Amino acid sequence: MTDTAAQPAAVATAAPDTMSWDSGLRRLMMIYLPLGCFVLILLFPFYWMAITSFKPNAELMNYKEHNPFWISSPTLAHIKHLLFDTAYPRWLWTTMLVAVGSTTLSLIASTLAAYAIERLRFRGSPYVGLGIYLAYLVPPSILFIPLATVVVQFGLFDSPLALILVYPTFLVPFCTWLLIGYFKSIPYELEECALVDGATRLQILRRITLPLAVPGLISAGIFSFTLSWNEFIYALAFIQSGANKTVPVAILTELVTGDVYQWGALMAGSLLGSLPVAIFYSLFVDYYVSSLTGAVKE
Amino acid sequence: MSVTTLSSPVLAQRQPSWLVRLFDYKPFLIAMCLAPALGLLAVFLTYPLGLGIWLAFTDTTIGRKGVFVGLENFQYLLTDPLWWNAVFYSVVYTGIATFGKFALGFWLAMLLNNHFPFKSLLRAIILMPWIVPTVLSALAFWWIYDPQFSIISYLLVDVLHWRTTNIDFLGSPWPARFSLIAANIWRGIPFVAISLLAGLQTISPSLYEAAMLDGASAWQRFRYITFPMMMPILAIVMTFSIIFTFTDFQLVYAITRGGPGNSTHLLATLAFQRGIAGGELGEGAAIAVSMIPFLVFATLFSYFGLARRKWQQGESND
Repeated sequence: MTDTAAQPAAVATAAPDTMSWDSGLRRLMMIYLPLGCFVLILLFPFYWMAITSFKPNAELMNYKEHNPFWISSPTLAHIKHLLFDTAYPRWLWTTMLVAVGSTTLSLIASTLAAYAIERLRFRGSPYVGLGIYLAYLVPPSILFIPLATVVVQFGLFDSPLALILVYPTFLVPFCTWLLIGYFKSIPYELEECALVDGATRLQILRRITLPLAVPGLISAGIFSFTLSWNEFIYALAFIQSGANKTVPVAILTELVTGDVYQWGALMAGSLLGSLPVAIFYSLFVDYYVSSLTGAVKE
Repeated sequence: MSVTTLSSPVLAQRQPSWLVRLFDYKPFLIAMCLAPALGLLAVFLTYPLGLGIWLAFTDTTIGRKGVFVGLENFQYLLTDPLWWNAVFYSVVYTGIATFGKFALGFWLAMLLNNHFPFKSLLRAIILMPWIVPTVLSALAFWWIYDPQFSIISYLLVDVLHWRTTNIDFLGSPWPARFSLIAANIWRGIPFVAISLLAGLQTISPSLYEAAMLDGASAWQRFRYITFPMMMPILAIVMTFSIIFTFTDFQLVYAITRGGPGNSTHLLATLAFQRGIAGGELGEGAAIAVSMIPFLVFATLFSYFGLARRKWQQGESND
C-alpha cells in the first residue's frame, strides 16, 4: 500500500522536465492524432461528394492518369445538367415547401400543447406529456404501410400536402418535449404578475411566455426543418409522380437510371440537396447542439 | 377606493367580448391548446398504428379490401426464409452498429471533453454526417463502395500496395453486410458523441480530483467514475439508437436495396418490398408488426435505465 503510493511520487520528483515534454507528446498522440482521424473519416465522404460533382467524366473513370483526390480540369457540366435537363429545381422547391410547411405546423401544435401541459396544469397533464413522449418511440418504418392507406383514403396520395400533414407525427413529440423543458425554465411568477394585472391566458402566452421561449422555438424549428428535409420513407411511399418528389427520393428514383450510373450528376445532386440544410444548420449550430443535448438530458 | 377604480375599467373591458371570456375559461383553453397536437397524432399516428396491426391479420392488397385471415400472415412469415434472413440481419446490423457507434462515439466524446482551440467549430463540423440527409450521404457511400472505382480499393491497391485486387464491397453477402454496417456507424457516431459529451460535461471534476488523490489510475477513473456516472444518459441514448437502427430503412434501400440475393434486407426494407412495391399490404404490415416485440424490449431497457437513475439519485441523497 505504501509502496504503490510512494512510487509515482518518486518518479514525478525525479524527472520534472522530461514529464512536461512527455505530456506534450502524449497529448499529441492521445488527443490530437485520434481526433484528426475522426474528423478525416467523418468528413471524407463529403469531400468525395464535392470533388466528384466537379470532375469531368473522363477523370471520374480514370485513376491511372489522374490523381483521384484532386481535379485537374473542374467542370460545372454535372450541375448544369441537373439544373437544366432534370426537374431538380422543382424537387428542391417541393422539399423546401414540405419542410417549411411541416415545421410551421408542428411548431404551432407543439407550442400550444407544451403550454397546456406545463403551464395550464390540469389533472392528468403528466400523462398527456408521457403519451406524447411515447409517440416519439414509434418509428416511421412501422407506420408507413397503414399510413399509405390512410393517405389514399383522404385523397392525398401523390400530394406534398400529405407529407406536410404526416411529418408532424415525428416532429410534434420531439418539439413538445423540448418546449416543455423550455417553459419549465421560465419563472412562473412572471405569469402570476400578469394574471394579477388582468391579462388573459392567451395574452400571457403571446406577450410573456413566447418571447422568453424564443431560443427554444428556434431550436425546435431548426430540428424540425432538418428532420423533415431528411425524411425519406414516407416521401418514397406516398409520392409517385416525378414532379412532386422530394430531393432525397427523386435523386434515388429519377437520377439512378440504367446500368451505368451518372456518378457526377448523382454526387452533384447530393451536394446541392445537402447544402440548404447544411447552411441552415451552420447559422443556428448552437441552438441545434443545445436542443440535441438538452433533449437527451431532460 | 382604489379597488373600485381598478375593477370598473376591467369589468367594462371584459363585458362586451364573450369570445375573450371563453378563451380565458381554463378547461376550454386546455382543450383548444391540446387539440392540434393530439388531433394530428391521433389521426396520423395512433390510428395508423392500430390499422397496421389490423392489416397484419388480413390479406389486403393494394386496391382490394382484405378479409380477416387470423394468424395466416405470421404463420407464412415463420416459414419464409427471407423473413428469417431479415430478422437475422436486423439483429446483426443493430448489434454490431450499436456497439461500434457507442465505442467510437464514447471515445470521440472523451476526446472532445479536453480543452483545445476551435472546440465549438470542431463540434459543429463533427455533427455534419448527422445533419446531411441520410440518403444523400448513402449515395456517397455507394460511390465509395463502387466495385471498379472505389477510392478505398484505389488506396489499398495502387497507393499502399496492400492488395492486388479491388475489394468487391457490395457484390457478395458478407462484405455487403459489413459495408452497410460501416456506413451506419459513420452516420451514428456524431449523435452519440455529442449527446455523451453533454453527459460528460455534467460530471463534477472534484470526483476525479478525489480519485487522483487516492491514487486511482486512468482506467480506474474511467471504470469507477466516468462509466457509472454516464449510465443513465447512455441508457437513453442507446435506446433511441437501437430503436432507430433496428428500424433503419434509408441506408439499405439507397445502397443495396436488399441485395445481393436478398442478403442485406432489414425488416423495414422487406416490409417495403412486400407491402408497397409488391402490393401485399397485409403481409407487409405483418412484417412491420413483427418489429414491435424487439422495440418493446428496447423501450423497457430505457425504462429500467431511467429507474436506475432515480435509484442512484436517491442513494446519493441519503
